[in-house]
Amino acid sequence: MANVRKRITTKLLTVASTLFGISIFVFVVLRVVPGDTISSSFGIETSALSPEKIASLKQYFGIDKPLIMQYVTWLKGFVTGNFGLSYHTGVPVTSLTLHSFPVTLELAILATIFGVIVGTLLGIYSASQPGGRRDFVGQIFGLLALAIPSFVLSTAIIAVFANRLHYFPNGFEYSPPWVNLWMNLQQMMFPAVVLGIAVAAPVMRTARSSFIDIQDRDFIRTAIGKGVSPRRVRYVHVLRNSLNPIITMTGIQFGYLLGGAVIVEQIFALPGMGRQILDGITKREYATVQSTVLIVAITFVLINLLTDYIYQKVDPRIQ
Amino acid sequence: MIKVKRAERSWVIYYFKSLNGLIGFVILALLIVGSLVALFHATPYDPVAQDIKAMLKPPSWHHIFGTDQYGRDEFSRVLDGVRRSLAVSILAVSIAAGAGLLLGVFAGYFGTFFDTLVMRVSDVFFAFPAILMALAIVSSLGHTWLDTSIAIAIVYTPIFVRVIRGPVLTLREMDYVKSARVLGFSTPRVLFKHILPNVIPIFLVQIALSLSWAILTESGLSFLGLGTQAPDASLGLMVSEAQSTAAFAWWTLVGPALALVFAVVSLNLVGDGLRDSLDPTRRSV
Repeated sequence: MANVRKRITTKLLTVASTLFGISIFVFVVLRVVPGDTISSSFGIETSALSPEKIASLKQYFGIDKPLIMQYVTWLKGFVTGNFGLSYHTGVPVTSLTLHSFPVTLELAILATIFGVIVGTLLGIYSASQPGGRRDFVGQIFGLLALAIPSFVLSTAIIAVFANRLHYFPNGFEYSPPWVNLWMNLQQMMFPAVVLGIAVAAPVMRTARSSFIDIQDRDFIRTAIGKGVSPRRVRYVHVLRNSLNPIITMTGIQFGYLLGGAVIVEQIFALPGMGRQILDGITKREYATVQSTVLIVAITFVLINLLTDYIYQKVDPRIQ
Repeated sequence: MIKVKRAERSWVIYYFKSLNGLIGFVILALLIVGSLVALFHATPYDPVAQDIKAMLKPPSWHHIFGTDQYGRDEFSRVLDGVRRSLAVSILAVSIAAGAGLLLGVFAGYFGTFFDTLVMRVSDVFFAFPAILMALAIVSSLGHTWLDTSIAIAIVYTPIFVRVIRGPVLTLREMDYVKSARVLGFSTPRVLFKHILPNVIPIFLVQIALSLSWAILTESGLSFLGLGTQAPDASLGLMVSEAQSTAAFAWWTLVGPALALVFAVVSLNLVGDGLRDSLDPTRRSV
């Protein structure tokens, strides 16, 4: 018991130090390096400002204090849920995020579900004939899914569906699931498929090697010998025992989806976190970018933690 | 004269025996030749020269990949785009590989405090999805090809650190390394003669894979308008421009898309080939 408690403490300390490091990284990259907020908001007119004016603006933006104080203020605000204001619109980043977070989360979940199902089934398909024709088909898919960038696939989808077949739900204003679920799912379909294919490739590779490893074990041979139907052996005995690597891979991929969403949300006009970051970058809204990037990174760390937990639940041997 | 028969054949022979490695090498060689052509301005047309009389022409003998909405030759632009993508990726991966090798070997071999520090910092870096981190760095650095390279290098350094550190940690405890130390060999000698040769295979495979990721990241940034800027040619930027033309001029999308896919596929195949040929236990006779 003491051992378990110690392990959990160590894990939590590691996570805490990682989160702390992330906040420093985000602060340094997005606040210190870009120079000052004043020149980014006034552009070339900065030189026309009087020294007194600059001093008062510095005080207004809170950048007259030493860096360490700025960091502490920012972090204190962040922890209490105050993510800063968007300069141009005056809207708090917190309320922007409350709208954008669910969009990205829904997209990531749908994409993961699609990717895991396709990837696992293809993995089973490939593994049923290692080195054979089925395996070849599966491997080619894996390689292409890895190599075709999401923005190429999205552009092709738009060219075919929107312009040729005149079907493009993303052309309408985004509708949240609680307003119009049917519309929402149609708008999520293309982006989820594009991201899902990117998830399917590594899941397929992992599933394939895991199946090939498990299906030669003695207990599988025993099950076949006992007369268990091949279908049941494949989908119950083999699948159950090869889940762990698949779960790990899924966890990793889910995290990456939060990043991959940047490109896909932009193309399919989904108002998610990725779009919020990109908008922030193009409009030089550092408060928005900083807080949103930090939220994504924290989510990423928490998902990894969750993956570890599920991993142990699925496989009691890990304990 | 006594002829000494070499016990082991060179890994190069094994490499070219694998079909994957061979195909990957051939595609990659073609892409490199193409980018050299662009580097010496030997493309059939100037990649940025507009020709309003030849807008959106389908592929023909004059323009084998067709032309875009400004009448620019797609083939020349693809070659120039490949050159730019490869240049950025090679620079980025060289920095990442160098820094990663150094940090990984030191962290793994000398361990203790430095190791903990390096690993904690790399945990922080791993908490960001790659493209997001590159985006954040580029947004504060700028959009020149050097900025893009530095951003990608920062993103991929921790991967190299991890890939190198693990084996070094194991190797350090191996008997032959311990004996070398007991025999009083200097630390550099142990590092260079006993540790490094065993890390190089993994390192090379990682370089090939990282190059393919770097190409994807670079083109993603350019697609979003945060990498190469118009009118210069870049594969990501070309796909972005094809968004408005692909529906009625498929070749504007297919050219840059194929170049990207071939680049990524070839580097992955080269990685597979290297992995199989450099690791004696994986060699099939």
